Amino acid sequence: MFSFFDILTEALGLILSWDRALSEIVLLSLRVTLTAVALACLIGLPAGALIGAFRFPGRTIVTVILNALMGLPPVVVGLVVYLMLSASGPLGVLGLLYTPTAMIIAQTILVTPIVAALTKQVVEDLHGEYAEQFASFGLRAHDRIAALLWDARYSLLTVALAGFGRAVAEVGAVLIVGGNINHVTRVMTTTIALETSKGNLELALALGVLLLTIAVIVNAAVMALRASAVRAAYA
Amino acid sequence: MLRRHVFSLVAAALLVLGLADTTDAQDQFIVVQSTTSTQNSGLFDHILPIFRDKTGIEVRVVAVGTGQAIKNAMNGDGDVLFVHARAAEEKFVAEGYGVMRSDVMYNDFVIVGPSADPAGVAGMTDATAALAQIAEAEAPFASRGDDSGTHKAELTLWAEAGIDVVAVSGGWYRETGSGMGVTLNTGIGMGAYVLTDRATWIAYGNKGAYQIVVEGDPKMFNQYGIILVNPAKHPNIKAEAGQAFIDWVLSDAGQQAIADYKINGQQLFFPNADG
Amino acid sequence: MAIDPLTLDRGAATPLLATSALCYDAGGKRLIDNVTLSIRTNRRTMIMGANGAGKSLLLRLLHGLLEPTEGTVLWHGRTPGRAARLAQAMVFQNPVMLRRSVQANLRFALAAHGVRGKDRAEQTDQALVMARLTHMARSPARVLSGGEQQRLAVARALISKPDLLFLDEPTSSLDPASTQMIEDLVNAAHAQGVTIVMVTHDLGQARRMGDDVIFLHAGQVAERGALADVLAQPTASSTKAWLEGRLYTAKNP
Repeated sequence: MFSFFDILTEALGLILSWDRALSEIVLLSLRVTLTAVALACLIGLPAGALIGAFRFPGRTIVTVILNALMGLPPVVVGLVVYLMLSASGPLGVLGLLYTPTAMIIAQTILVTPIVAALTKQVVEDLHGEYAEQFASFGLRAHDRIAALLWDARYSLLTVALAGFGRAVAEVGAVLIVGGNINHVTRVMTTTIALETSKGNLELALALGVLLLTIAVIVNAAVMALRASAVRAAYA
Repeated sequence: MLRRHVFSLVAAALLVLGLADTTDAQDQFIVVQSTTSTQNSGLFDHILPIFRDKTGIEVRVVAVGTGQAIKNAMNGDGDVLFVHARAAEEKFVAEGYGVMRSDVMYNDFVIVGPSADPAGVAGMTDATAALAQIAEAEAPFASRGDDSGTHKAELTLWAEAGIDVVAVSGGWYRETGSGMGVTLNTGIGMGAYVLTDRATWIAYGNKGAYQIVVEGDPKMFNQYGIILVNPAKHPNIKAEAGQAFIDWVLSDAGQQAIADYKINGQQLFFPNADG
Repeated sequence: MAIDPLTLDRGAATPLLATSALCYDAGGKRLIDNVTLSIRTNRRTMIMGANGAGKSLLLRLLHGLLEPTEGTVLWHGRTPGRAARLAQAMVFQNPVMLRRSVQANLRFALAAHGVRGKDRAEQTDQALVMARLTHMARSPARVLSGGEQQRLAVARALISKPDLLFLDEPTSSLDPASTQMIEDLVNAAHAQGVTIVMVTHDLGQARRMGDDVIFLHAGQVAERGALADVLAQPTASSTKAWLEGRLYTAKNP
């Protein structure tokens, strides 16, 4: 059968024999996931901050729904986006099905609740500390949100990383809306699923090791950015 | 403050990169809804570049189970349907979703099992008798259970063997609800017999101690058909490019390309287009 | 509307800040009870009293951080709006520092008051000099010592040039040297016309800084007036007890 040594050898070989097909897959993975995370942050950070910093009727219900959405099954998101983008669906005329854009849409839907719910928690804690001072400054709502997001920026990097982790490891949604089309919508996770179904378990696991390595590199890069920013950001 | 601008610039750049459709507008492409068996066997990787070199048309293959492929095509999410479930295909055309169905090629199904062969079916050539014997021994059998072409073929064989697998599902008869490869992985993991198409089996990389135990029954003949999705139902269908692909697949050149595809010297698909 | 006798006595114009029959309930208890008082322009008013008398609560009601259950607060004789908030500032017992540099904390307060970018740098530099924090300008505010943070908090409150500065026991956890610097900052601001309202627990500090005093007992004004007069001749038994260092309870009046 196979051993972990074989898998690591295979992974190493995969990286050493890095070819265009592999870099295409890796780059598409990063492009789709990073774009989805950026979009999710664009929506989720202000939304989470609003819910975290202000009291309004229905806030508890919104929070419960948001927390529940963190557990959205990717396949369900994939199906919903498929039904929207299908030629028979309401957005079919856009012709987005089986494109990277469709994958970005699905992952954005998947990641936004995570970013919003975690941002809500971070901002709520920080706002507990700042609320009186902000009231004393006579700060308006949008200035409050901006100040809270800015002051929580290092915690929010971790929030973005949580979203990245969810998106980069996700296969169910991108498989359905992307179609795993070679050279067009094939990303690391769908390739792993494909190689597994071909019975190429060593190759699938080697790709898994590569995916993990890339996730570690992205995390390390963000953390390094964070560390240097913490040192220097006080200008 | 500067840092804030840097962050927004990075975000904006990511968005532009991500959302810009990098596909060249002049590139012509069609979407083919097909099955995991053709995809996993590597056939498409062999024949599509030949077609593209000749016509400049890119073929994007979405490989799912036959049942899902047909549903996707009904929704208009594909220009060509290339599957292996004759009855369902004919129904698809009869209901007006497809223009015309043509035979393309065939391969055959085989039953694979552990070398221990608990039901003692190794070497049999009568598929229904072998299945009856497996049911008699209550030896584990892993089924696709996903409404795919292979699944439909398997159910037909069980029906001919006079065994109601729906009633025993969950016992020795286990439905994985997955593609061929995953079902093979699962079946091998639990020592079960599996009905698979020969092409997937030859290309499959995780055989372990498994081998073909039953083959050669004409009932296990596996015919592939190709259909242009009806542009009258869905105006987005690229009928011209889709028809060009179908014409090529059915032409001598296309049929030869299919026949030329071999793994370890074994031919996987046998072209049999009319004329 | 109840009329503040002190205002009439002095024959002054409309007081800077006045309350009428102010009450505040929380958890079914009346914590501030029927407080009517006025704060006069350019005076340093000390709010004193035993723990739990409601000093900090009263300060927050005056500044508008809490909504009174009953009664009103008037700023220049009118219901305070955003303009009132921007003309007041507050220093809390535990300074709340933004997770930014010392100078960014100061600039934030200026931005909140709509000061333009060009003027911010200059005013920030002046405030840094005043608070003797120029050498720490680029340090994260939260790594400063307690005394330095409180100096920064006072400088940040004053940078927006408020008419009225509230302070809630700003020196309660500081050493004498740090306390001195805070008092100097507050007195300098007062010398430039800022009205001061300060909660303090420290009788010595009240003697050093106070012009007027308000003694609270159990959420009510026990007595008030010019600080020297009240300290010389306290009339309320709770004030007497506090000044003599006795515990004044319901059982032991």
